Amino acid sequence: MDVQQLTFIIVGLSFALYIGIALWARAGSTNEFYVAGGGVPPVLNGMATAADWMSAASFISMAGLISFMGYDGAVYLMGWTGGYVLLALCLAPYLRKFGKFTVPDFIGDRYYSQTARTVAVICAIFICFTYVAGQMRGVGVVFSRFLEVDIVAGVLIGMAIVFFYTVLGGMKGITYTQVAQYCVMIFAYLVPAVFISLMLTGHVLPQTGFGATLADDPNLFLLHKLDQVSLELGFAEYTSGTKSTIDVFFITFALMVGTAGLPHVIVRFFTVPKVRDARKSAGWALLFIAVLYTTAPSLAAFARTNMIDTINGQDMQGTRYQAAPEWIKNWEKTGLIEWDDKNQDGKMFYAGDERNEMLIDRDIMVLANPEIANLPAWVIALVAAGGVAAALSTSAGLLLVISTSVSHDLLKRNLMPAISEKAELGYARLAAAIAIIIAGWFGIHPPAFVAQVVAFAFGLAASSFFPAIIMGIFSKRMNSVGAVSGMVTGMVFTAVYIVFFKFISPELNSAEHWLFGISPEGIGTLGMLLNFTVAFSVARFSSDAPEEVQRMVESIRYPKTQISN
Amino acid sequence: MSTSRIQAENYWKANLRLLLKLLTVWFVVSFGAGILFVDALNQFSFFGFKLGFWFAQQGAIYTFVVLIFVYVYKMNTLDRQFGVDEE
Repeated sequence: MDVQQLTFIIVGLSFALYIGIALWARAGSTNEFYVAGGGVPPVLNGMATAADWMSAASFISMAGLISFMGYDGAVYLMGWTGGYVLLALCLAPYLRKFGKFTVPDFIGDRYYSQTARTVAVICAIFICFTYVAGQMRGVGVVFSRFLEVDIVAGVLIGMAIVFFYTVLGGMKGITYTQVAQYCVMIFAYLVPAVFISLMLTGHVLPQTGFGATLADDPNLFLLHKLDQVSLELGFAEYTSGTKSTIDVFFITFALMVGTAGLPHVIVRFFTVPKVRDARKSAGWALLFIAVLYTTAPSLAAFARTNMIDTINGQDMQGTRYQAAPEWIKNWEKTGLIEWDDKNQDGKMFYAGDERNEMLIDRDIMVLANPEIANLPAWVIALVAAGGVAAALSTSAGLLLVISTSVSHDLLKRNLMPAISEKAELGYARLAAAIAIIIAGWFGIHPPAFVAQVVAFAFGLAASSFFPAIIMGIFSKRMNSVGAVSGMVTGMVFTAVYIVFFKFISPELNSAEHWLFGISPEGIGTLGMLLNFTVAFSVARFSSDAPEEVQRMVESIRYPKTQISN
Repeated sequence: MSTSRIQAENYWKANLRLLLKLLTVWFVVSFGAGILFVDALNQFSFFGFKLGFWFAQQGAIYTFVVLIFVYVYKMNTLDRQFGVDEE
């Protein structure tokens, strides 16, 4: 059986599994549709959260990104995991105690204001659409590369699957499919990583192989070799990186608080039965995420070593193109590898300076790994299924937040409070369906700015949601004017800065023009600080939150149902 | 103030003290060891890694996981002390 048939079978089997689960977990009420009836066991919720969180970008692009960034890749590794500590300690348990369905619910009730609720709904919808566009694209890319179907057909198949289990099952359906998707995804990620670690270093665990000596030279450490080779080829030392310390600090911080403020992550903690389960399930989620996030940097270093060895040869003089392994020619067809024989010697050479003759796309580091390491065809098929699982699980989570925001926050709590539960559920399904169609359209006609707007999603979450929720829990007296002016200031500042450097004057987007040397990716941190400052200053000069709101804050801080007077 | 409100207040204070300790560790391993002092720590070797680099790409993540489980354990103890555990 060839690779393509195997891929069809494995991807097809995984789809059958997701659909089977969806049929079993249909939602009968809004409570089930929004938060899975609040009855998901913490370990499973942790797994579903992990799948929800790790997108096509984490699965396909992150290791490649790190392998080109070296040390600087730490901003993603720490940024996208450290946020869970904030979630577990500062947000999840209290929001679970609050006990409603969405983030705008909390903001609206805590700040006793429809304006605050509306601002929150708009932010939530914007963040989710930004994110979901990239996911649908990811599904299309995996389909077209591994199954050689058209990208449009790939997106349509992906849409149909997500449509089926999101519209039918709501949160209940997606939670249990995400559990399955996590298993597929993590297995697909680990198998090639373990094989490659064994081949290069003799270690089974990629996490220890990362720091080990090379199998073919027991006196040389992998990272030491990578540092040396990088310097010789005109790159920065692999373990040092090139970003300034302040920028690394601010980007990491923005990604952490952004993660903790993302609505599709927060909503997961509304689905467990009790406050203690919310705490526990954040721990499980991070544990499951950490499995992939500690493997990724190892894979990055292995892949870079392998790639340089293959292209430049053991003697670092370049490999003759005629003698190049099959995978180079395979991936050249997709345009992910390009070779331009500048010095006409018939040999390929990869470097960080004028000697360079190669163009290498970062996505190849994960997608081509099984071929680079000569792994059997079923592993290649598995990687395809893993990529699809990562993209589908994240899209479903995001689409659910969009549909909930529309049917619950916008219609039920704002425009038409009189509708029955049945009608609300109908609207939720309708909104999910429309959102899937829009997301699919973005997937087929990707706006050129998809990569740029990801900075937006995190920046906005960091500068608007995160401070508003934190103050709502930790400051009893914080009032509506303070919180709303803080959110608006943080959001406007962050948005203006990003729009200026990413869209209006991209030619100025370099360290010497940045405010305090902070890149647009890291500016959300400053936006967050501004938000806090403005909110507290305004709140000082206006009256405290009303007594009943302060009582509500007291009660979310305390796991017991009622505090008697 | 009633006894149960005082209880709730004390519970919250104990919670805040715990948060402060854990978040200090959170900050020190990531922003401290992984970013601000990475160059100084890179002088030391740790199982074939430069120490600062290891914190930035591995160690901080392991610590994060441990921190959350320590929090879960400590909070469950606190819940029992205050008689608010939910089982």
